Amino acid sequence: MGTMEEKPLLGLGKLVSSLGEVYKSGRTRDLSWRQSQLKGLIRLLTEKEEEILDVLHHDLGKHRTEAFRDEVGVLVKSVKNTLQNLQKWAAPEKAQTPLVSFPATALVVPEPLGVVLIFSCWNLPLGLALEPVSGALAAGNAVVLKPSELAPSTAAFLAANIPRYLDSEAVKVVQGGPEVGEQLMEHRWDKVLFTGSARVGRMIMTKAAKHLTPVALELGSKCPCIVDWLDSKRDSQVAVNRIAGAKWSTCAGQACIAIDYILVEEQFAPILIELLKSTLERFFTKPEYMARILNEKQFRRLGSLLESHKVARSVVHGGAMDPKTLIVEPTILLNPPLDSDIMTEEIFGPILPVITVRKIEDSIEFVNSKPKPLAIYAFTGNEKLKERIIKETSSGSVTFNDAIVQVYMYAPSCLSDRYGLESLPFGGIGQSGFGQYHGKYSFEMFSHKKAVLKRSFLIEFMFRYPPWDGSKLGMLRHVFRYDYVSLFLALLGLRRR
Amino acid sequence: MEDARSWAAELRGRFEEGLTRAAEWRAAQLRGLLRMATEMEAEMCDALHADLAKPRTEACLHEISLIKSSCLFALKNLKKWMKPQKVQAKLMTFPSAARITAEPLGVVLIISAWNYPLLLSLDPVIGALAAGNAVVLKPSEVAPATSSLLAELLPRFVDGRCVKVVQGGVPETTALLEQKWDKIFYTGNSQVGRIVMTAAAKHLTPVVLELGGKCPLVIDSTVDLHVAAKRIAAGKWGCNNGQACIAPDFIITTSSFAPKLIEELKKVLGKFYGKDPLGSADLSRIVNSNHFNRLKTLMDEEMVFEKIVFGGQMDAYQLKIAPTILLDVPLDSAIMREEIFGPFLPIITVDKINECFGLINSMSKPLAAYLFSRNSKLQDKFERSISAGGMLLNDTSIHVTNALPSRPDQGSFGTQGRPKECEI
Repeated sequence: MGTMEEKPLLGLGKLVSSLGEVYKSGRTRDLSWRQSQLKGLIRLLTEKEEEILDVLHHDLGKHRTEAFRDEVGVLVKSVKNTLQNLQKWAAPEKAQTPLVSFPATALVVPEPLGVVLIFSCWNLPLGLALEPVSGALAAGNAVVLKPSELAPSTAAFLAANIPRYLDSEAVKVVQGGPEVGEQLMEHRWDKVLFTGSARVGRMIMTKAAKHLTPVALELGSKCPCIVDWLDSKRDSQVAVNRIAGAKWSTCAGQACIAIDYILVEEQFAPILIELLKSTLERFFTKPEYMARILNEKQFRRLGSLLESHKVARSVVHGGAMDPKTLIVEPTILLNPPLDSDIMTEEIFGPILPVITVRKIEDSIEFVNSKPKPLAIYAFTGNEKLKERIIKETSSGSVTFNDAIVQVYMYAPSCLSDRYGLESLPFGGIGQSGFGQYHGKYSFEMFSHKKAVLKRSFLIEFMFRYPPWDGSKLGMLRHVFRYDYVSLFLALLGLRRR
Repeated sequence: MEDARSWAAELRGRFEEGLTRAAEWRAAQLRGLLRMATEMEAEMCDALHADLAKPRTEACLHEISLIKSSCLFALKNLKKWMKPQKVQAKLMTFPSAARITAEPLGVVLIISAWNYPLLLSLDPVIGALAAGNAVVLKPSEVAPATSSLLAELLPRFVDGRCVKVVQGGVPETTALLEQKWDKIFYTGNSQVGRIVMTAAAKHLTPVVLELGGKCPLVIDSTVDLHVAAKRIAAGKWGCNNGQACIAPDFIITTSSFAPKLIEELKKVLGKFYGKDPLGSADLSRIVNSNHFNRLKTLMDEEMVFEKIVFGGQMDAYQLKIAPTILLDVPLDSAIMREEIFGPFLPIITVDKINECFGLINSMSKPLAAYLFSRNSKLQDKFERSISAGGMLLNDTSIHVTNALPSRPDQGSFGTQGRPKECEI
């Protein structure tokens, strides 16, 4: 056969085929099975809450309150919502049929895709794993979850507990690093969801292409936050609270929808920066209120972003980094060079560049000069500006004046709020990815909407069939124009076809 | 390569200027396409006849009328589709308002197929323009007359600054695939589908793949046989002589019913195409000699040729093959492993009709699955157990004439394609 080096398959072939068998048996399609899995997830999240908060703290230094808010609380809410709506989402929808096909019924029937593979990321290691898993199960699929090895305690937790709370034959956790991910992608899946970097996203999609496996990619981006002058002092403070929460209270800025950088008019920049500084002082009275940087590699990456002389000079607050604790303190920059790495790459950390523009409207052009982001934020009372942002920019989503969940007075966040709005789809565009999920969109991401048309033998129109002649063509024209009267008359021979 | 890059850049510039976004512009393009389909009907039928010997009625029924309906449907619904949808905001975020706003992706590349070269080019173009995108269309070079016609007509009827037709074969397509697009819509075979998706992966471009499949048709004895036979014949041979992704590929029926079905099909075929089907103007030809030879090879396989129960006539000069029915070819023969895409109709018999499920589910998921039966239990089981892009009971093909998600979501999945989510 040749001298091909056999890569160790890690028993994955068997795993994939056993899941295929389970799916074929039909068990995952039953509504009652799906409901039991969702209930199992809720029990896992509630019964094991303490352990979950421990592992998230272990992997990321995430404060228990932040972890609860962003990964447990929001997920329980989401799964309960899915459970409540499952029957409705899974029900066939009627579609219209044209009169000429009477009698006929047309339905769009959601059905599961089969066996799906979900890769989750390290920064929200529980949420980014279990939210899509809940959607895949709700849609009736068998699932393989590959959690990120960079959050090892959470990965181990998932591997230990998923078999306990869910159907262990239909939902599998596969642990390991990039080589395991590559091995998994050698197989065919009915869908793959990948959350992570564009570089790996490309590799996933290229491998998926060999099997024509459909993919959804949730990638990163630089999410801009446009800050306009707000008339009232109170509004300004609220805005700054929300900005601070969105940057530093979400895994220390290591989140795909964290605010990456700010755009503000030059005259207001000093005020904004002062407000940010004072808010930071109020919020982060203890270092443990902010998550740490994931690991040394990420820590060094962030350090290198601040290395260049011109960037270092632009630091107006913070900048301290402790390699022992992997803590980078909340840092604000004012106008670092636009061609520096910190302004061309996704920061994914607690460093916030503030870029000034002459007029706030210039922000639009600035945002458009960069790849399309996952989210655009804008704090403004100016309705015209809002409309322009919506019309002239493109992003996964736009949030104005970011309604932030005030769970606790000192640590608001826009993240769980966005997750909380289950009726909005979440996903990227352009370089930030494709495919949307959350809530009903998670269900749909892992479903196929099958078109089913049922006809009767009762009524037959001969003009559908050859041999062709001009009269048949004439009648077909009437059909396509929904001109039933002319058709009827033609059929009766009372009209020239 | 240079051309492809400059076209992509030019269209991107136009898109970024905002030319394609206004509802008026979009509606004007749709009206332009509608006018084109109306005023140029004769030219279109001629091109389709040159490329495929497609009978005029088929050309009008399956391509031109559908293009017109698609334009009208889009025009009628454009405002509604463009309107932002309000969504429920939760108590947790009170006070807030949330909505979903549709926006164009940007510049999209549409690569179409040769068998319905007008429809499979223009239908996705209609969708792309209605959504406010700039478009590059690459029609199939295997249908050259239609490709030239599209290249000539589109600039006359739509805004040539934002809609380009690029003609050519593999080198031109490869050059286009090297560029970055905001979406690629490909209709064709799985092999090229893989190439398209691999190229798209480099730029993280979402793709929609409309591929092929072996569409099974199950029929039991509860049917009105005469009507069923006509609908089956129309769906198989009345659609480009079997060269259609949704044509029934093969039939499964009981061994007791098969002889009756075959007799009725023979009668119907006689009515449709006469005693000399190769001479009938109502039968499309095979598109080119490559495909003719491919089909001939399928037929020539030992154990297949001897299973012909009707038809089998071929004319290499005219590239015509007559409607052909085969009974119980071996399941591992090439004709049962590959998508036929031609006028051969194998009938596979089973003892009990329920055995069809095992057989169908042992194959890749098809684009369409058909069941002819009045047995409601069988219908329910079919709907539940068979996974296919679309499903039709007691008829063939017409589910794509409806405004069901049979277009553009007519996608199936499995090795046969991917669903729209790649709206992906």
